[in-house]
Formats: sequence, structure tokens, C-alpha cells
Amino acid sequence: MKPEDAAPITIEEVRRIAGLAHLALSPDETERMARELGSILAYVRQLEGIDVTGVPPTAHVQIDRLPLRPDEVHVGLHHELALAEAPRTSQDGFAVPAFVDEG
Amino acid sequence: MSAADAAILDWSIPEIARVVRSGEVSAEEIARHSLDRIEQRNGRLGAFLTVQGEQTIDAARDLDERRARGERLGPLAGVPIGIKDALCLEGSPATAGSKILTRAAQPGERDLDAYRGWRPPYDATVVARLRAAGALFPGKCNMDEFAMGSSTENSAFGPARNPWDPTRTPGGSSGGSAVAVASGMTPGSLGSDTGGSIRQPAAFTGTVGIKPTYGRVSRYGLVAFASSLDQVGPFAADVRGAARILGVIAGRDPHDATSLDAPVGAYEEACGRDVAGLRVGIPEEYFAAGTDPLVEASVRAAIRGLEGQGCTVRPVSLPHTHAAVATYYILATAECSSNLARFDGVRFGLRVDPKKDLNALYEATRGAGFGREVKRRIMLGTYVLSSGYYDAYYLRAQRVRTLIRRDFDEAFRDVDLIATPVSPVVAFRLGEKIDDPLAMYLADIDTLPASLAGLPALSVPCAPVLVPGAAAPLPVGLQLIGPALEEARLCAVAHAWEQISPARSLRPRFDA
Repeated sequence: MKPEDAAPITIEEVRRIAGLAHLALSPDETERMARELGSILAYVRQLEGIDVTGVPPTAHVQIDRLPLRPDEVHVGLHHELALAEAPRTSQDGFAVPAFVDEG
Repeated sequence: MSAADAAILDWSIPEIARVVRSGEVSAEEIARHSLDRIEQRNGRLGAFLTVQGEQTIDAARDLDERRARGERLGPLAGVPIGIKDALCLEGSPATAGSKILTRAAQPGERDLDAYRGWRPPYDATVVARLRAAGALFPGKCNMDEFAMGSSTENSAFGPARNPWDPTRTPGGSSGGSAVAVASGMTPGSLGSDTGGSIRQPAAFTGTVGIKPTYGRVSRYGLVAFASSLDQVGPFAADVRGAARILGVIAGRDPHDATSLDAPVGAYEEACGRDVAGLRVGIPEEYFAAGTDPLVEASVRAAIRGLEGQGCTVRPVSLPHTHAAVATYYILATAECSSNLARFDGVRFGLRVDPKKDLNALYEATRGAGFGREVKRRIMLGTYVLSSGYYDAYYLRAQRVRTLIRRDFDEAFRDVDLIATPVSPVVAFRLGEKIDDPLAMYLADIDTLPASLAGLPALSVPCAPVLVPGAAAPLPVGLQLIGPALEEARLCAVAHAWEQISPARSLRPRFDA
């Protein structure tokens, strides 16, 4: 299938996905993204031609060999170190803008 | 102490460690040579994003003092190792090649400066193990942003360049790590490989690069891209050097639940072992249309070389190879869209605050902090995981991943390892593919299947090829793929080939 034959991803869809991904895209970026994702999606749709009936999915290779660790408490990252690289801190925590439900 | 000259950086890693351990050459001398070479060569090649001169000299002196007190130093004593900037090295900035892990410029500061990168409060396990073995860390290596790319052109800090022809890419995403070794700035380096990001730059720069079995090496302290695929591995100028590093970093780590408990192989001891009788499978799918005939000829000559060493060569079939690119770019982007959700302007790095609400802060920070390719992959990954598309894309790709694994299981009933090209092309020109993401993805075809199957694979140089217009003959990589945990077997065969390879001991030329 050639990219232009594929159902293209619409500008609205790109905006919706960008919202889900928490990405601010400029109008130019949005348009370019629609074009590029359209051609990549057209390419990956070739997987539709492969018979996967009865084939189990692989999420992870070799997961069955993994040992469990003992259920013991370990010391984690020290509080001050965890905050050391934050762009803003406040009252011993990460500072974020006030958020209230505006609905 | 003898005054070793800078050429010691071109020695094999075990040789360097030997003379440091015996006291013939001081670690400090080697550290200074490495820092000097970086000073001379990095400006043109862009291999290192940040350099830690003082720390490196201090660490080297410490080694020399310990040796003087009679302590026995480790297997990488005094060996400078470049560290991909996606790995945590305590006290050094880690940007992963991204603006989003880099603090915004204050008035008077340079617009983009990797020295303002996030400073991790701990060492990655691989770094801690190298440190304990006596390695030195002169700096952090350039890379495609968050390891997404095949040319190092997606680095927010500018591309790395190929020392054989600086108008060409060294490959990616671990391009800086490959250049550090190819140009003799550090005798070894660490990269990470998700879909070929060690093997392809090794092939493009004429170095040896190993992607271990998934789970063989700890990922603790590696900035995650696609967690079911990411593996850390070594680059070196020869197989023995890469094998020595792998032996140090491999093994179970309680900090990484996916790291395997299996015993670490004798990788270095395997170098020099007789390979006669080993069965080498050749999958014709890897020599499909689109493979540069020069690359094919070089790789087939290397395969004949293995036959000359007593290996038996026979055809094998990996029929789902053609599906690897589509499968990979669904699964890896899905995983990355989830992994990169943590970069939100709150806990580290860049923050862009439009002074509206929390969501606006997330969107503005991520919109400004991520580069074009990373945004594209986050979008693609979010799309394939979104409601209504999950089954058609993500779940289907996971099933095809099973088919790709089964192809290898089937092939390894008949052969001990598989030999292929690492890339269908030689190092391409900077800018050549950057505006065509799909073309860039398609060039990953030869490295993706082993990644999806979690198998060990390496790149070892075969005969360089003369490409019209290139500044020098360009390197070509032979890829060897083995069954899970058979890295030692791959080292044995790669080493056997290396001894007769026309690429042996070839180095790019430096006039300065």
C-alpha cells in the first residue's frame, strides 16, 4: 500500500493524541505530524497481512527465568538528593502550579 | 614510569590494563593522553558532550596510589571508557541528548549547554562495575535524543561525525560512543542498543560493538527508551577489548528485576578458541533488495573467511524478517510513549511554565524540550496504544514478535550462529535521511530482528569498501547473532574472523 492510499490521520486526531501525550504542538508541527504519522502508519499496516491466529503475544522475552527478590525494605534515594535537581521546590517538595478543578 | 606516548590509546584494552597493573605506565599518563586526544579531536567529531578532566585525573591518581601501596588493580585498570549520555555517572551531567534534561539558560549563559544537564545522584550499575574494575571516565558520549535515531543527528547538541569521512554520520543512536573508540579518544566505551544502536554505529565506524542477550546486563541507571528491548553493551577497537568490558558489566543486578541470574560467560577466554566445526547460518532474507552490493560483497567475503577457519556454512530461513521494521516501530514507540511520560518539568531538567495550570506546564515543557523525532515517536506510540487501535497495532505487533522469535528458535536447531550484514548500507551523509523518517527506519532492518528476539548479536569489521566521493574506504560490519546467552560463542567466531580480516588494525587518519 502506498502512503497516499492509507486512511490518513486527520489534524483533529493528531490534536487529540497530542493532548493524551501532553505535547504542545505548533500548527506547523501538527500538520507535519499528520503527514509523517500517516506515512508511517501506512507502512506498519503491512502487519495486517500476517496470519497471527492462535499466536500468543510477546510482551517480554525470557520473563520465566526471572528470580524474585526477598520482600525486604531497602533504603531509597535520600529526600534532599531527590529534590536536588528539581526546577522548583517548595516546602520540602516539588513545586507545581496550583491546580483546581475548573469544571 | 616510562613516558608512554598517546599511541597507547590504540592498544588493545587488556594490554593497557596489564601495563597499568604492573606499574609500567601510570593511569595518570593514560588519562592525560585520553583527555588530550579529546581536546584535539572532539571539536571536529562531536563524540563527547561533556568532559570531566579533573575527576578523571583524580581517579587515575587514586589508582596509581593504590597500586603503589601494593593493591592489585582491576581488569580495566587505567582504561578510559566513554559513557553514553543516557547512562548515569554520578557527578557528571546526563542529558540523554535532550534539551528536556537540561536546565534552561540563565541570562548570560550559552543557549544550549550539556554541562547544565541533569546530575544523577548515583552511578548506573554498569558504571559502578567499570569503576570498581579500575576504568576511568573522561566524559559522556553524544547520542540521538533518548536513543531514538540511527545517525546521532537527533542530538539536541549537534551531530557526531564519522572519523573516516566527517561529512558522514557515524550511525546511531550510540554514535558518540562509537566515534570515541574509532578515533582513539578512549579505547572503549559503553552504548545502549534498543534496535541496533550499538551494532550499526560499530559497523559504520569500523569498531567492535556487542549487544548482549536481553537481561544479560543491568539496565539500572540507563535512561529508558523501550524497556523490553534496551540493553547496554561495549564498544572497543577489537573483540578481546569488547569481551573484557562485557565480562565486567554482565551479571545479575538486584536493582534490575529483568537482569538474568545465569552465570557470566568466559568471553575473553573464548577469543582464540578454535571455531572449526561450528555451523554458521546465512539467512538470504538479510541480503534482500536494498542491500548495497558493496556491503553484500564484503560480508560474503567474511563468511567465506569463516569457512576457511573450518566453520560450516549453510542457508537458514528467517521468513518474518520483512515484518521486523513495522513490529519494532509499533512496540518501541508504544514503550517510549509510556517511559517518557516522566519528563514533565516537575522533578528534573527543563521547565517551561506558561503560568496557567499544571497541564499547561506539562504540555509547554514537553513541547519545548523534546526534539522532532522524539515527539514523532511519542505520538506514534500514544496512537497505537490508544483506545480503538490497541488490538490492531500493539497487540498484533506483539504476536508478530512471537513469530520473529520462533524463526530464530527454528534456525538455531540447525546452526550454532547466524551471520548477516549489520546494515544494508555504509555510513550515509549527514542530512541524507533526516527528512525522511521512514527511510531512516527501513535502514534498521538487519539489526531489529535480534533485538525483538532478545538475542545476543555483535558487529565486527569486514573489508572496507570504496564508495565514490567518500574521503576514505568506508567500514562495513559483519553481524553475528547467537542463541540466548551465547555471547562467548559470538566472541570466539568474531575473534577468529578478526585475525584474518582486511580491516584488522585499520584506523582513520588524523593529521593533527
